[in-house]
Amino acid sequence: MSVLEIKNLHVNVETDQGTREILRGVDLVINKGEIHAIMGPNGSGKSTLAYTIAGHPKYTVVQGEILLDGENVLEMTVDERARAGLFLAMQYPVEIPGVTVTNFLRTAKTAIDGTAPSVRTWVKDVRESMTNLKMDKAFAERNVNEGFSGGEKKRNEILQLELLKPNFAVLDETDSGLDVDALKIVSEGVNRAMANTSLGVLLITHYTRILRYIKPDFVHVFVAGRIAEQGGPELADRLEEEGYDRYQVAESAAAGE
Amino acid sequence: MTSTAMPTAEQHGLVAHTDGAFVPVQTRSERFRSVNVDDFEPVNGREHEWKLSPVAAFADLTAGELDGSRPTIETTLRQAQDGADVPGVAISWIDRTDARIGSAGIPEERASANAWSTFGESLLVSVTGEDEKVAVITRSGLGTAPRAAHTVIEAAPFSRALIVLRGTGDARLSENVEILVGEGASLTVVSLQEWSDDSVHLASQFARLGRDSFLKHIVVSLGGKVVRVNPSTHLAEQGADVEALGLYFADAGQHLEQQVFVHHDAPHTKSRVTYKGALQGAGARSVWIGDVLIGPKATGTDSYEQNRNLVLTDGTRADSVPNLEIETGDIEGAGHASATGRFDDEQLFYLMARGIREDEARRLVVRGFLTEIVQKIGSPELEERLIAALEAELQGN
Repeated sequence: MSVLEIKNLHVNVETDQGTREILRGVDLVINKGEIHAIMGPNGSGKSTLAYTIAGHPKYTVVQGEILLDGENVLEMTVDERARAGLFLAMQYPVEIPGVTVTNFLRTAKTAIDGTAPSVRTWVKDVRESMTNLKMDKAFAERNVNEGFSGGEKKRNEILQLELLKPNFAVLDETDSGLDVDALKIVSEGVNRAMANTSLGVLLITHYTRILRYIKPDFVHVFVAGRIAEQGGPELADRLEEEGYDRYQVAESAAAGE
Repeated sequence: MTSTAMPTAEQHGLVAHTDGAFVPVQTRSERFRSVNVDDFEPVNGREHEWKLSPVAAFADLTAGELDGSRPTIETTLRQAQDGADVPGVAISWIDRTDARIGSAGIPEERASANAWSTFGESLLVSVTGEDEKVAVITRSGLGTAPRAAHTVIEAAPFSRALIVLRGTGDARLSENVEILVGEGASLTVVSLQEWSDDSVHLASQFARLGRDSFLKHIVVSLGGKVVRVNPSTHLAEQGADVEALGLYFADAGQHLEQQVFVHHDAPHTKSRVTYKGALQGAGARSVWIGDVLIGPKATGTDSYEQNRNLVLTDGTRADSVPNLEIETGDIEGAGHASATGRFDDEQLFYLMARGIREDEARRLVVRGFLTEIVQKIGSPELEERLIAALEAELQGN
């Protein structure tokens, strides 16, 4: 049974104003096959958690650890983490001019698997996933994310999730900026990946609406760099009604001590 | 109190300065031109056309005596589709008194004039026939002694072809290339510089485009110590259209330069200039100057020029200077852009987050950046070869 463990994680980021502490002791255990929703207000550190797991150089881990089946993830380079089975669906995927989606997907698949995929099944897999995500065929020959709409970029992230078959995926606000149709398509993609490979998912979101389509096993409320409350799916329903206010009140009271 | 004295003859600025009657050139088309080297002052490196070039590295080409004899050339003529030889591209040598010589343009600087003054005969590449064909003309083994050369590429009305003018091996060459594109013709000229590491190549290319003709002009500079290819295009007649593309990869100690000039001189002419370069290693240097002049007759002009540089390591320098002059109020559009940037770490992160190793991710990004130009050449065989050459550059070979 594969497991991703985050233990007492403290993360700093360098800004023009100096060093800022963003994560202040995060503990989280995700087993394969589980969906964990991380919800929280803007600036609570949700995206920092996502990028720290993926290994973005901007974030410095000052304390704590991230373990994948007992292996120290923090000692791995960004590409090693991906090859170990971690995936990050980015909130703002970057454009890569001159690199087609086809070329990019094949290069990534080859890197992850260690061998080039068999041409026939690969082309079929790509076509099938694209059809499922309602992506036009012409997409494959376009340059990665270049001129893509917000919804197209997110679908392209989920396409990679389906094709690269990671053990654990972090979805960083994949729902933000999507209309309801695109939200359904993207959610179906995540659910398909769950059904096919039973991965572990860390679903980071600001809103509860994606949870109508992707059912979390656990919900964690993130406030000021740490988990303020956790529970089952019913916690999401409560957040939908009450918002984050009561946590923020508690936080400012705590800060005022 | 302010002085109310009348200006006197001594007042600075009232009469010509002590630096004499020199007036800077105001309009790009009014630069001094001559086919005679002695009409140009010796080069000191402060002239506007030389100030970004390492002039000391090629004083022999601007001031020395040049060998103007016929060089050995090697040509391959092919039809693009099936590889069989076809008529339609003829190679010959013509006398320097031939009427075509000087009809596309004449020198604006001393190295060009020096070559013009000394070449013996000119190579003539004649294109006829409306079917597509490819000719590759290779100059290799030009040697290490300073040389002059002259080439005329003439595309007859309505003819079509892709001509590659390629240089390999050693060279210390100053040359002029004239490109005459007849009415309704569609010509692609690729100037491919793959010289040896110590070579110096200074080229002025002059194109004159007839009515409704199209020229795709591509400068690819990869090898050579100093390579300076300056293409100018005269859109002389109505409906003429030029796509000027450039691709360069400057390694440590390499100077790659291109001064591009497009002169819109007739109604409804169009130009697109896109040059892209990568710089890698200490002392890698590139220069791009893009001048576009839209003359008073060039109503309805549609023009855009851009230069993009990708800096891969510290210790490089890329100069990028777009200039636009417009002398008519009635144009479709004119714009320019220039950007020189470092390798984008976010692109690298994105690719690595998909399991791709750092060196391969870098290659993908740089290759992607440069292949935009390669893909526009229109010859799959040449495109493939250039992509392989770029791979070799990236691996530092």
